[in-house]
Amino acid sequence: MNKQKLAVIGNGMAGIRTVEELLKIAPDKYDITVFGSEPHPNYNRILLSPVLAGEQTIKDIVLNDWDWYTDNGINLITGKTITEIHRTRRELRTNTGEAFGYDRLLIATGSNPFILPIEGKSLPGVISYRDIADTEAMIDAAKLYKKAVVIGGGLLGLEAANGLKLRGMDVTVVHVMPWLMERQLDEKAGKLLQASLEAKGIEFKMQAQTEALIAGESGRVAALRFKTGEQIPADLVVMAVGIRPNTSLAEKSGLQVSARPGGIIVNDTMQTLTDPRIYSVGECVNHRGMAYGLVAPLFEMAKVCANHLAEYGIARYVGSVTSTKLKVTGVDLFSAGNFQGDDDTEDIVLSDPMGGVYKRLVIKDDKLVGACLYGDTVDGSWYFKLLREGKNVAEIRDQLMFGESNIGDVGHEGNTRISSMKDSDEVCGCNGVCKGTITKAIKDKGLFTLDEVRKHTKASSSCGSCTGLVEQLLMFTAGGDYSATPKTKPMCACTDHTHQEVRDAIKAQKLLSVPETMKFMQWCTANGCTSCRPAINYYLISTWPKDALDDPQSRYINERAHANIQKNGTFSVIPRMWGGETTSSELRRIADAVDKYKIPTVKVTGGQRIDLLGVKKEDLPAVWKDIGMVSGHAYAKALRTVKTCVGSEWCRFGTQDSTQMGKDLERAMWRMYAPHKVKFAVSGCPRNCAEAGIKDVGVIGVDSGWELYVGGNGGIKTEVAQFFVKVKSSEEVLEYTGAFMQLYREEGWYLERTVHYLARVGLDYVKQKVIEDAANRKALWERLQFALDGEPDPWAEFDKARVDTRQFIPIKAVATAAMKEAV
Amino acid sequence: MSATFPVIPAKTGIQTASGNASLSVAGLATADGLGPRLRGNDKNPAWFYVCKFDEIPVLGARVVERSESEGGNVAVFRNSENVVFALLDKCPHKGGPLSQGIVFGERVACPLHNWSIELRSGEAVAPDVGCTQRFTVKVDNGDVFVDLS
Repeated sequence: MNKQKLAVIGNGMAGIRTVEELLKIAPDKYDITVFGSEPHPNYNRILLSPVLAGEQTIKDIVLNDWDWYTDNGINLITGKTITEIHRTRRELRTNTGEAFGYDRLLIATGSNPFILPIEGKSLPGVISYRDIADTEAMIDAAKLYKKAVVIGGGLLGLEAANGLKLRGMDVTVVHVMPWLMERQLDEKAGKLLQASLEAKGIEFKMQAQTEALIAGESGRVAALRFKTGEQIPADLVVMAVGIRPNTSLAEKSGLQVSARPGGIIVNDTMQTLTDPRIYSVGECVNHRGMAYGLVAPLFEMAKVCANHLAEYGIARYVGSVTSTKLKVTGVDLFSAGNFQGDDDTEDIVLSDPMGGVYKRLVIKDDKLVGACLYGDTVDGSWYFKLLREGKNVAEIRDQLMFGESNIGDVGHEGNTRISSMKDSDEVCGCNGVCKGTITKAIKDKGLFTLDEVRKHTKASSSCGSCTGLVEQLLMFTAGGDYSATPKTKPMCACTDHTHQEVRDAIKAQKLLSVPETMKFMQWCTANGCTSCRPAINYYLISTWPKDALDDPQSRYINERAHANIQKNGTFSVIPRMWGGETTSSELRRIADAVDKYKIPTVKVTGGQRIDLLGVKKEDLPAVWKDIGMVSGHAYAKALRTVKTCVGSEWCRFGTQDSTQMGKDLERAMWRMYAPHKVKFAVSGCPRNCAEAGIKDVGVIGVDSGWELYVGGNGGIKTEVAQFFVKVKSSEEVLEYTGAFMQLYREEGWYLERTVHYLARVGLDYVKQKVIEDAANRKALWERLQFALDGEPDPWAEFDKARVDTRQFIPIKAVATAAMKEAV
Repeated sequence: MSATFPVIPAKTGIQTASGNASLSVAGLATADGLGPRLRGNDKNPAWFYVCKFDEIPVLGARVVERSESEGGNVAVFRNSENVVFALLDKCPHKGGPLSQGIVFGERVACPLHNWSIELRSGEAVAPDVGCTQRFTVKVDNGDVFVDLS
C-alpha cells in the first residue's frame, strides 16, 4: 500500500511535536516532509532567553537534532519557504519554484513579532525577538555597542532586557502602559517587578510612546524619539511589543482566518474550518476564539492533531487554561486566570513590599479564579491546579494564602525552593529521586511536562507532595509552562472520558460489565490498563450491587488474593478484630498458625490489629482456615479498621461505650468496598484516645451523645476531620455514618479519599444530603445495607466472593517424552 | 515443527496454525516480530506440560514452580484474545512476581511498582528499561506446554 503524504509547514515546536506524537501511534502511516524556513532543526524557542542571558547555549536548546529527522525517515527541507498552497491540486510551491504534493497538510507556521509602524523601523540595529537569528544579533550587538532600548515591557521584552543587561549593555525598557506585564500582573506586582529589575540596573520609561527611530551617521539606529519630543540614545532597538499569528500563507490560500485576535480557524480536531485535509496547530491557530502562545496548549493540540491524523479519531481539543512565569533568574512571579478581578470577585491579598512578596488570590463563588504571585511563587502550581479544577475553596479559605505546605506536606525535608537545593538532595521521598537525576532526565530526554517527568524518573508519581518542586525544576531546566492543562482530565490514556462521565454512563445505561462499559464508552484500548479497569470495576459493583458481577481480573493483586503483596512476593494477613478487641482463643489460633506456617514476622498494626507478614501465597487459604477469623480487608479499597478506645466500660473518664459502638459500626459496614480505603475510629470522650480526628469518619462520645467528624486522613498530608453532626443515639451514629459512606461510595471517584471527595463537592453539599434531608439519609443508609446484605467473607466463601482459588496452587511442570518426540 | 508466530486459539481453546492436528504457539515472537527465540534451544527444546489451557484465567496467569537453582518460577499468561505467553516470574526492575500483575492487551503490570512488561518480548515498556526472560509456549489439544530448556 502506498503511504499517504503528509506535509508539515513549520519546523517549530508545535509542528514537530505533532509529528512526534504521530510517530508514536502510527509510525508507518505517512511519508512526512517538513518545511522550515530557519536553517536550524527544531529547538526550544522558550529557552532563547536563557541563551541570551548566557545561561545556556544554542546547542543546549535543540530538541530534535538533524539525526532525529533521518532516523525517523522524515524529509526535512530547511531554508526554503512555502509561498503557495494549491488546495485543489493538493500541491505546495516553494520560493524556489519547486512543487510538492500532499494528501494531508499541517500548517504550523507559528507567529510573527509585531513591528511598530514608526519611522525608522527598518534601520540596521532595529530587531525583533523571536528566533535564533534575533538572539545571535543581540549577542553580537552587545559586544560592539553600549546602549540598548527594548520597546515593550511584557514577558519577552523583559527577558530580552535582562539578557542584554547581563551581556554588559545599558538597557532602557520603554513601555506604554503604567506598569509592566499588565496582561499578566496587577499594578502592585508590576511595580514590585519594576523595582527589582531597577535594582539589577535596568532603566524604565513608563507610559512613554515611541514616535520614531533616528539613524546616526553610519546609517545605523542611534536614538529613539518619544512623542513628547524627548530623545534617548540607542545603538540597538529590540521591538518586543507582541506577536501576531503568522497566517499570511493560509489567508492567501483561502483558509478562513480570524480578524481578532488572529489565527487560522480550526475545529476541535485541529482541522481548518475551510479544508478538512488541512490541519493547523500552534500559535498560528484560532480555536474557539482563542489564540495561544504558550507551550502546554500547543502540545495538547499536537496530541489531538496526531490522533486525528492517525485516524484514531477519538481525541478532541477543548481549550486550555494558561499560566505565566517570567524566566529572569532571581525574579519569581506567577499569574493565572482572572488575576485582576472585577465587580463580582473578592480578593485575598498579602502584601509585604519590604520583603519583596506580594500575593493576590481572586475568588468568585467560593472558587479560585485568578492568582498573581510575586516574590514567592512556590504555590503557583497548587493555585493553578485549584483554579483549573474549579475546586470549592470555601473550607480552606482561611489557609489558602499560606499555601499547600501549610496544609501538611512531607517527604522532602520541608524544602520549598528547588534553586536552593543541591543536586544530591532528594526531591521525591517516595521514590528516592534526587534533584540531579531529574535535571538530567529533563535535559537528556527533552521532557516538558510533569507527566513526562513522572514517567521517566518516577519523581512525583506516588504521593505527589513534591509536585511543586518538580514543576519548579521543569521551569528552570526546560523553561516555559510545565503544567498539562486540560480543562477536564480523562480517566487515563485509554479514554477521553472523565471519571464522572464513566460513572454517569454506567448508571444511566445500566452497564454491568467492564467490557460492556468500555465498548459503550468507546475505549481506545482492548482491555484498558491498570488505572481504568479497577476503577470501572468499582463503579459497576457500587452502582449496581447484586446485578454487576465483580471482576477479580480487573482488581489489583491484593484484592484478587485477599492479602497484601510484599516486596519479596509473599503476602501479609490481617484478620479482623472487631473494634480492636480480641480473645485468648483467637490469639492462640494465631500463635499456632504462626508456628505451623513458619510466618516470619508478627506485628501489631496502627489500627489495633495483628499483621502476619511473610506468608507464602499457597499457604493463604490454610492460614485463613486455621485462624478462623474473617478478613480484615487490610488489602482493599474497603472498610479497614475501626479503632476504639476502651470507653466507659473501663475508663474512669469514659462517657460512652466506645468499644461497643466501634464493634457495631464495624459489624454493620465490614465488606464495604469504597473508592479508596476507609477507616473509622470511636473515642469514648473528648480526650480522643482513638485519634478520631484523622479518620474518614471519627466518632467522639460526649456526655450527651456522639459527635461525628468526617474527612480526616493521617497519610501523606495530615488532614484533620471536620465536624459533621452531633447525634444522641448509637443508632443514629450508624445511620449517619452509613449514609455518608453510601454517598461517598456512589459519588466518589476511584482512588479519591473522603477528604478529597469532600474538597471536590463541599462539606455543605454532603451535610445537605445526609443531615438536612432525612428521607435521603434513610434511603442512602438502606441502599448501603442492601449492598452489604449477604456479602461474603472472602477468606471463607470463595465461590460467592469470586475468589479464583487456582491462584493458590502453583503448577509443577511435567517433562513429557511424547512432546520431545513430536519435536 | 515450530510455528513461528503467535496463534489465537478459537473460543473452544484449541486451534492450530496450519489447520492440521493441533498446534498453537505463542510467547515466542522476538521483539521485532520476526520469529521465535530459539537460538541454542532451537534444536533441543524441552517441552514441559503445564496445565490445561482453560486452567489459566482469561486476563490472568498461573505460576509454574521452579527452584531458584533451576532459574526460578515461570509465569504463564493468557490474555483476552486467548493468546498464551510465558515469562520468567521476575520483573526486571526489582524482581516482582509478574504472574500477580494485571494483564491488559499484550502487557502485564508488575504488582510492586507498576512497570509494564511486554508479554511477547519480556521488554519493559518505555521509558522504563529492562527485559525479563521469555519462554516458548504452545497449546496442543487444549494442553499448555512450555519449553524450559
